[in-house]
Amino acid sequence: MATGNGIRVAIVGGGLAGLAAAMRIAEAGHSVELFSVVPVKRSHSVCAQGGINGAVNTKGEGDSPWKHFDDTVYGGDFLANQPPVQKMCEMAPSIIYLFDRMGVPFSRTTEGLLDFRRFGGTLHHRTAFAGASTGQQLLYALDEQVRRYETAGQVKKYEHWEMMSLILDGHGVCRGLVAMERSTLELKAFPADAVIMATGGPGLIFGKSTNSMVCTGSAVSVCYQQGARYANGEFIQVHPTSIPGEDKLRLMSESARGEGGRVWVPRQKGDKRQPSSIPEKERWYFLEEKYPAYGNLVPRDIATREIFQVCLDGYGVFGENQVYLDLTHIPAETLDRKLGAILEIYEMFVGDDPRHVPMRIFPGVHYSMGGLWVDFDQRTNIPGLLAAGECDYSIHGANRLGANSLVSCVYGGFVAAPAAIEYAKNLQRNGADGSKVYDDELKRQQEINERLLKQSGAENQYVIHEEMGKWMTDNVTVVRYNDKLKATDEKLLELIDRYQHISLNDSNMWATHALPHARQLQNMLQLARVITLGALNRNESRGAHYKPDFPDRDDENFLKTTIAEFSGEGPVFSWEPVDIGLLPPRKRDYSKGGKQETKQEAVVASAKAAGLPPKEGAKQVPAEGSEMKPKDLSGPAVWGQNKGQVRDVDHGEAETRTERGHEIKDAGGKSDKL
Amino acid sequence: MSAQTSSNIEHQHGLKNPPKEVVLRIRRRERQDAEARWEEFAVPYRPNLNIISCLMEIRKNPFTRDGRATTPPVWEMNCLEQVCGICTMVINGRARQSCSALVDNLEPHKPITLEPMSKFPNVRDLVVDRSEMFNHLKRVKAWIEIDGSYDLGPGPRMSQDEVSERYAYSRCMTCGCCLEACPQYGDGNYIGPQAIAQVRLMNMHPSGKMTRDERLSALTGEDGITNCGNAQNCVRACPMSIPLTKAIYEENRETILYGLFGWLRK
Repeated sequence: MATGNGIRVAIVGGGLAGLAAAMRIAEAGHSVELFSVVPVKRSHSVCAQGGINGAVNTKGEGDSPWKHFDDTVYGGDFLANQPPVQKMCEMAPSIIYLFDRMGVPFSRTTEGLLDFRRFGGTLHHRTAFAGASTGQQLLYALDEQVRRYETAGQVKKYEHWEMMSLILDGHGVCRGLVAMERSTLELKAFPADAVIMATGGPGLIFGKSTNSMVCTGSAVSVCYQQGARYANGEFIQVHPTSIPGEDKLRLMSESARGEGGRVWVPRQKGDKRQPSSIPEKERWYFLEEKYPAYGNLVPRDIATREIFQVCLDGYGVFGENQVYLDLTHIPAETLDRKLGAILEIYEMFVGDDPRHVPMRIFPGVHYSMGGLWVDFDQRTNIPGLLAAGECDYSIHGANRLGANSLVSCVYGGFVAAPAAIEYAKNLQRNGADGSKVYDDELKRQQEINERLLKQSGAENQYVIHEEMGKWMTDNVTVVRYNDKLKATDEKLLELIDRYQHISLNDSNMWATHALPHARQLQNMLQLARVITLGALNRNESRGAHYKPDFPDRDDENFLKTTIAEFSGEGPVFSWEPVDIGLLPPRKRDYSKGGKQETKQEAVVASAKAAGLPPKEGAKQVPAEGSEMKPKDLSGPAVWGQNKGQVRDVDHGEAETRTERGHEIKDAGGKSDKL
Repeated sequence: MSAQTSSNIEHQHGLKNPPKEVVLRIRRRERQDAEARWEEFAVPYRPNLNIISCLMEIRKNPFTRDGRATTPPVWEMNCLEQVCGICTMVINGRARQSCSALVDNLEPHKPITLEPMSKFPNVRDLVVDRSEMFNHLKRVKAWIEIDGSYDLGPGPRMSQDEVSERYAYSRCMTCGCCLEACPQYGDGNYIGPQAIAQVRLMNMHPSGKMTRDERLSALTGEDGITNCGNAQNCVRACPMSIPLTKAIYEENRETILYGLFGWLRK
């Protein structure tokens, strides 16, 4: 609702996307109210490590925004609508330059220019970086600029306020939001001309992930439950290299591989020797061997499945679900300069010095490609509601490339800001100024809170959260089976039922976490169903979504966006075609193409000469020119080796599935032991 | 997917004589105006526990060590990777992040004490209100005055050495450890090393230099940079190893020069 002539936009979330939008709206002379569960400087964007992509082409490699676009669409297995991806890639160099001007200490070349490093899914040096804490540095730069506008009175921050719901008028138009202050638990209605969601990912749905603790997906789930369409929820990125921990899975950045880190396991199963005493020829650099061109820098979904499979086959280090990520061949000084921050994290939480001892890593839930459905101007289907950053579904398709998240956050914020202003300018202020819609929604939220406060059932909300996380991690991550997905949805329904019987175990409501967590949990459970059932519906393998029973990408039936809408009970699904007007879909195959790197060639040659890898390993390597060139052009060649395995079994698919299901369980698909 | 791995990795780094349980003494306060009190909790020992994991365990079933039902202790947490700064508290007498405080490194056979930071208003239990630190950033204008966020090409060229020095200051996560450790900071009598280091960060930048004087004048008030007592606690307390004393030295020099020139200009 405009005060005077000024436009007032509410932004939910103060990470990179939210701050980018806030800066642009304030710069255009309008007012921003910025809501964040934590002080914005502590948002999850700080966790991004490796860098930000932009085809600046300073390395004489002939890089271009079009190649960036091609890599992004191809890396995303052609599920992204292409026009916004192209726009983002074209904007990317100017985004990097802007951050340069805002004072981000990007690493430099000897000439004082921005340095760029390599990242997954591309053969170009396209990633600008500030040490290994690029997300932190970019977030701080925007935080500083927004503070400038805050000091000027154009931005008002509501830190420690959590969004509870949207305020929709009788025509379904978004008129603002209800938020709760986290100390007093005061609920308040905030009128706004437009609302931009910039709340990040839903990693907490999986219990432990690389996400920060605010990444519950709760606010986005609220939008979904109030009528916003949620798209491609089933596409969850599992990062190949995380450090398992009691409380979370800490990220080990892809930049470790971008700077030359090599992934390997001992060729001998259960080898008890320390890594330093295993000679080079007895190490299996399985990514370099299978993907000579991209090597350790294949896209994340592929690296994750390969690591998963290697552990499944019994090659995990010390017989466990872990592989080496080795940096010890790189001089310590170089490592400190380029990767210092992430090496410190490993050292701090594991105790080994990665400069001298190979790191032990395993895949962990990392990012949601899916999110709120938006059009090419970041507008959701609810008038007046926009979304930007990880919480929207655009750009990344079925798999996100490393260092594309930071650029997509800023791009989303920069597009959402003028779109929100434009919308607000044309807004019909027809009677919504009456206070009834605000009062009604406020009352509805107060009633929900009161009910939770009064409730005294036997269920423990933290136990329900743990169970949800375990089920989702076991069944809705790297490898997915329809029977297990069905069972997971049944489990979620059980948890939703049990949720009705929780009691808040805190009698002191001042600054309690019990009530906010209970509210988040309800929303997480609803969104978990969208993810699970979306996966169940998609009978193909594409990007991060992999079903051994449907190992091929199926463009004929599934080159389409999954749309979930809340029915009051659960999600109702529909599908929407993908805009592939710029780049026709082609088979995704990272085993070929680009330049060959001498070192990797040498590794492969040496393995062949030595008659290695061992039998089981060798079976996984497709014979040249066979699996990698399936007749069906829509087939995902990247998983060719598994297709081969499935074909070897004479008994048909059903039996294969059971067998493989058992294997997956052994490989840690189940975590019953905890 | 990862649970087994985690326990196995931990197994290789556990203690030789692990205790059965970890005892935590937590300084609690129901609300801002309430009296503080101590409560003791115990959680089963597991290798590689950090303080956050212990607190999560207690939150799930909040009973004191002697079996009395109580309210769950409240603390703040977010990234759990020591980069957001939110989970800072005083652990065994030292301000640090609770995510990176590993029980195995804290003499786990003895009770571990957790207290809220003392230099900031205590909201509840281990939660404090650090908004004063963000106000400092406003006051010293800790930003580069860009002309606009539209496309104006690349920023100024810089050598890697200059960038490396700025990068060190730019890693400040506003956690407050330096202020907790500083004997001068408190009751509004000293702006403190956190803000001074950000002035250094901005004043080193070629564009930032152009508005240097505004930042320096913000450091020259009664509670300004000259109140540093040179205890050097800040630099020892900083979890990000930021050269805070160097920043204070450099900015003190700059303010003196600024003062001189300011006087000459009159």
